[in-house]
Amino acid sequence: MDNTVSSTTDRRKPGRISRSAVDQALAGYLFVLPAFVSLVVFLLGPIVYSFYISFFHFSFLDPQNASFAGFDNYLHLFVDPVFLQALGNTFIYTIGVVPIQTAVALLLAVIVNRIRGKTFFRIAYYLPTVTSTVAVAVMFIFIFNPNGLLNSFLSLFGIQGPNYFNDPTLALPAVMSVAIWSSVGQFMIFYLAGLQDISDEVYEAAAIDGASGFRLLWSITMPLLRRTTFLVVVMGMIGAFQVFDTVYVISNGNGGPIGSTMTVVLDLFNKAFKDMQMGYASAMAFVLFAIILIFTLLQNWLLGRED
Amino acid sequence: METKRSAFKASKFMLYFIAILYACITLVPFFWSIYTSLKPTSEVFNTFAPLKDLNFSSYAYILTQFPFGHWLLNSALVAVIVTIGNLIVNTLAGYAFARLKFPLRGFLFYVFLAIMMVPGQVLLVPIYMMLANMGWIDTYQGLTIPFLMSPVMIFLARQFFLGVPKELEEAGKIDGLTHWGIFFKIFLPLSMPMMSAQIILTFQGNWNSFMWPVLLETSQKMYTLPVGLNSFYGEYNAYWNSVLAGTILLSLPMIIVFLIFQKQFVRGVATTGIK
Repeated sequence: MDNTVSSTTDRRKPGRISRSAVDQALAGYLFVLPAFVSLVVFLLGPIVYSFYISFFHFSFLDPQNASFAGFDNYLHLFVDPVFLQALGNTFIYTIGVVPIQTAVALLLAVIVNRIRGKTFFRIAYYLPTVTSTVAVAVMFIFIFNPNGLLNSFLSLFGIQGPNYFNDPTLALPAVMSVAIWSSVGQFMIFYLAGLQDISDEVYEAAAIDGASGFRLLWSITMPLLRRTTFLVVVMGMIGAFQVFDTVYVISNGNGGPIGSTMTVVLDLFNKAFKDMQMGYASAMAFVLFAIILIFTLLQNWLLGRED
Repeated sequence: METKRSAFKASKFMLYFIAILYACITLVPFFWSIYTSLKPTSEVFNTFAPLKDLNFSSYAYILTQFPFGHWLLNSALVAVIVTIGNLIVNTLAGYAFARLKFPLRGFLFYVFLAIMMVPGQVLLVPIYMMLANMGWIDTYQGLTIPFLMSPVMIFLARQFFLGVPKELEEAGKIDGLTHWGIFFKIFLPLSMPMMSAQIILTFQGNWNSFMWPVLLETSQKMYTLPVGLNSFYGEYNAYWNSVLAGTILLSLPMIIVFLIFQKQFVRGVATTGIK
C-alpha cells in the first residue's frame, strides 16, 4: 500500500511533506471533486432531507403547514391497507420471480456453455435485457390481450384463454412472467462468466468417478457457482423489490385491477406525487431502504463467511 | 457402448431443444411486434392471417402525426449528455481512489461505497422538491445534471485502475509528466475496455429509464421515448399497429447498438457481476 511512487521522494526528505506529495494530494482532490459535489448535492443532502421530512406531515403544495409527526408516518404504514397490500404483492412477486429467474439463468448458462452457436444464443437471450421495460410491458400487454397471440395459440388446442391483466388473480403472475422474461439474460451472463472459472479438470475428475448429467450439475457445478448464485439472488431480490416500470405501464399507474399489481414503489410514487404526501412517502422510502439493506447485508454476510 | 453413445446423443439433442425453445421465447415477442406493426389496424387481432403486403403506414403515422421523432431526439440528447458526464466524473474519481494518495481517501471511498446501498427511490421526493424549487422540472438540465455520477461506475473504474502495473506510472514520472499527464498519456489510453463498459451500461440505463423521466417530464415536448410511448399507448391503444411501431422505434436503436457491441456488452455486464 505504501509502495506508491511518492515513497521514493519521501525517503529523501524524512519528516517533511514533500512537494510531490502535496501535488499528488491536490490532484487527488481535484479528480474526486466533481463526483464529490454530485454526491453531496444529489445524494447525501437529499437523503438526509428526506429522512428529516419523514418525521413530518408534509405536503409539497402546502409546505407552510408542515407539522411534526414523530413516528406517525412510520407507524401508519402498518395500518395502511394499500401499503400492506403493496408490500404483500411485492413479497409474492419477489418470492416468485427470484428463484425462477435464477434457476432458468443457471440452466441456460450451463446449456449454452456446452453447445455450438454460443454467440447466437447469448444474443437471443440477452435481447430482452437491453430492451426498455416500457417497450417490454407494451409488447406483453398485446401478447396477453384476450384476443392476443397467447390466447390465439391456446385456442388452437381448444382452450379459452383468460384476460390476464384484467383478472385480479392472474395480473400479478402475468407481470412476474414478464419480469422473468426480461431479466434472465442478464443473470445468465453472470453465470456464464462464473462457468469460465471452472476448469475442465474438475469435470474430468468427476467423470472418472462416474458422475454425469444432472448429478454433475448438482454436486459439482452448483457448489462451485455458489458465489455467483448469491450475487444473482441478491441482485434479483433488490431489483424485484424496486419493481415499478412494468406495473406502472400495465396498470396505467393505479396498480389495478383492485390493487393486485400495486407494489411498494408504485404506492410510494402515488402517495408522493398524486396525493402529495411527501413526508409519508419518505417514510415509505426508508422502510424500502431498510428491507433492501437487510438483503444486501445478508449477501455480504454470506459471501464474507465463505472467504 | 452403443447405448451409451445414443444416450449421449439424446442428451445433446435435449440441450439444443431447450436452447432453441428458450430462444423462441425471447425472440417471438419481438418478431410478433414487428409483424403486427406492419399490419393495417383492422387486421391486428386477426392473429394468424398472413401479411398481405408490407404496410409501413403505422411508422409514417407515428412519425408525422405524433412527435415520436422529437421524443427520439430527446432520448438521444439526454442519454448522450448523461453518458459523457458520467464517463468523465466516474473515471476521474475512480482513478484518484486507485492511484493518488491524499488525506481522507479511504474514508471518502467508503462514503461512496455506502451510498451504493441506498435505493434510488429514496431520492424521488427530495430530488423532485429540489428541482421544483429551482424551476428545473420539465427541463433538460433537470433530466441530466442530478444524474452525472454513479458510485457503481466509480467502483468499476477504481477496480480497473488498481490492476494497472505501477512501473508504467514510474516511467511517466521519469519522463517528467505531471499527475494529469500520467493520467491522460499513460492510463487513459489503456482504459478503453473499462470506459466502453461504462459507456454501454450508462447509455443503456439512461435510454431505457422510465421512473425519473415519467416524474420529471410533464409536457409532451420534453418526453423521452419511454414516457412518450407510455402516454401514446394510454391514448391510442386501439391502434395496436401504431403502438407496436412505437415500441420497435424505442427498442431498435438499443438493439442495434447491442448487436454491434455485443462482446463489450457481455464483458461489461460480467464485470458488474464480479464484485
